[in-house]
Amino acid sequence: MPSVKELISRPTIFTGGHRACAGCGAAITFRMLLETPAVPVVAAISTGCMEVVSTIFPFTAWKCSYIHSAFENSASTMSGVESAYRALTRRGRLDQEFRFIAMGGDGGTYDIGFQALSGAMERGHRMLYVCYDNQAYMNTGIQRSSATPMWAHTTTSPAGEVATGKREARKDITAVMVAHEIPYAAQGTPAMWSDLVRKVEKALDTDGPTFINVLAPCPLGWGFPTQDTIAISREAVDTCFWPLYEVVNGEYKITYKPKEKKPLVDFLKQQTRYRHLFRKGGEHLLEDIQRHVDFKWARLLKLAGKEAA
Amino acid sequence: MEKTLRALTGNEAAAEALRQINPDVVAAYPITPQTEIVQLYSGFVADGLVDTEMVAVESEHSAMSATIGAAAAGARAMTATSSQGLALMWEMLYIAAGLRLPIVMPMVNRTLSAPLNIHCDHSDSMGARDSGWIQVYCEDSQEVYDSLIQAVRIAEHPEVLNPIMVCLDGFILSHAMMGVQVYPDDEVRDFVGIREPHYTLLNARQPITVGAIDMFDYYFEHKRANAEIMRTCKPHLQGVFDAFADRFGTRYGFLEAYRLDDAERAVIVLGSTAGTARVVVDELRAAGEPVGVLNLRVFRPFPAEELIDALAHVRGIAVLDRAEAMAGLSGPLFFEVRSALYDLAPRPTVTGYVYGLGGRDIRTEDIAAVFHELKDDIAAGRRDQRCRYIGVRE
Repeated sequence: MPSVKELISRPTIFTGGHRACAGCGAAITFRMLLETPAVPVVAAISTGCMEVVSTIFPFTAWKCSYIHSAFENSASTMSGVESAYRALTRRGRLDQEFRFIAMGGDGGTYDIGFQALSGAMERGHRMLYVCYDNQAYMNTGIQRSSATPMWAHTTTSPAGEVATGKREARKDITAVMVAHEIPYAAQGTPAMWSDLVRKVEKALDTDGPTFINVLAPCPLGWGFPTQDTIAISREAVDTCFWPLYEVVNGEYKITYKPKEKKPLVDFLKQQTRYRHLFRKGGEHLLEDIQRHVDFKWARLLKLAGKEAA
Repeated sequence: MEKTLRALTGNEAAAEALRQINPDVVAAYPITPQTEIVQLYSGFVADGLVDTEMVAVESEHSAMSATIGAAAAGARAMTATSSQGLALMWEMLYIAAGLRLPIVMPMVNRTLSAPLNIHCDHSDSMGARDSGWIQVYCEDSQEVYDSLIQAVRIAEHPEVLNPIMVCLDGFILSHAMMGVQVYPDDEVRDFVGIREPHYTLLNARQPITVGAIDMFDYYFEHKRANAEIMRTCKPHLQGVFDAFADRFGTRYGFLEAYRLDDAERAVIVLGSTAGTARVVVDELRAAGEPVGVLNLRVFRPFPAEELIDALAHVRGIAVLDRAEAMAGLSGPLFFEVRSALYDLAPRPTVTGYVYGLGGRDIRTEDIAAVFHELKDDIAAGRRDQRCRYIGVRE
């Protein structure tokens, strides 16, 4: 694990000057995860917020090699890059070590890119796939994805006169990746930088496919002030809305356990996507969310061999 | 050069060319009638006959995506597909061309659903005609083999750098066996050489950004440059055809004109139908009919000048399309041929025919009937025959 001093002395790969919104959780995440690799990396990214804001021709925010081809295929595009690396190395035409990081938003990972991701993980390519999960299609203007949590308002699961936001719970993609029996899967957040950097380092050192799901709060899509991104990220962890854990060769380990599990209400209250739950009659929906988070947390504790707090 | 005569199907001929080329990366997914190519190639890998990195992907979309990634990383990368597989790749076809990646792909022609049908027509590759890929159509297994060897040099030519699909008629070619002259491995490997990319993702000293977003200030220029390649690549295709002829002895061009020099009437075809048409031409010639056949080998770039040169003196032309354009007019080849010949004076009669959809046979008597109809059209001065169908129950 590199020290902060060592990290900041490393060259910045994802540079400033990109056009992400103020307070963008994904931009903070990208900078952190790309400062980690000690060897050169190639990045592949799916169409979405971070692709659009970082490479408006003739500019690029990327100081490593970078490829974007389409929305649903950063994993399969990277399969090709990694295979080329292996072929060219074996044939003596390349003498340089690389690491490969494929990235996508939750839409490009949970939904449209799900098949390509599953295929790439099953085939065992040595790549780290990072999902920057902002819990909706933010680039197109806040539409529901299968990562959108229960009862959140989006423009395609709006809270209206009779509807109260997205009815369904979010897909647990990290669990789905664990089911692929890949050697390393984890969840992270930009609020806990040392935890995230350690996980990225661990994943990149693993000789096989790895997956990290990073909660990347979106001020615009979630509806909170731009200066609160890190605070919101931390609360997501402290409420167990977004538990931090890793699964190494099938073994679960909770990497941060809140001293005191905070109730969700304060966390939800800060986000306008949950505003409708705080009107009269929304109480049972708040309870619903709390129940779901409690259920998931209890199950995680069990998987990690821990007793509930 | 010692050539070996072997009995090969179109798929085997394609696989044999791939074996000799021994690309860095092959990413593919099985689909009838292409499956055999992937299967045979996997066998070559398993037996150590090639040392390609074989990626058995989970869909054709990922096949083309992985091929794009590998090509951008500097590898010689190939895939193969048919029909629905090509349709699933659609999005990525445009991206491969837009990123100017020299990908080579055998494309085994099969119709598109619905109704589901696994047999030959050209509706799959014709739909991809505007995607920016070079398209070559083969008449037989020999041409499949030869064209794939040429395709590597064409795609990677520094003045071309463009993806290319080599099309072969499903089942008619892919599963039919014929004699193929196979060249020695070292001759083929020497001819195709090793890919030397200008830029790759795998150069840490010179990192690159591939696939940036263009706003309205650059997109048009980039697409204009794409389109210009189709204009400027023709001499380089010719250069590869010439180099191939010098080394392997067979001369190919953009089109093949058969008994056209003094022809009054001609049919234009793509792919395996050329052989059938030549038989008809020989029979009618023996009966004194001035007829000929034009086999269009290269459909993209569209060889309009060569077409005009070959057909300037012909009075009646039938364009045989193995695809429907669903325009209420005729097939796609008809539109392009008729448009290319519009400026000819006197303007010939050009009639569209659609045939062979979903693998329906085209027989010699069908083509003979076309020549007779053309004769009547010329005599009657008919110019309004945009579309006739061959061999269908109306």
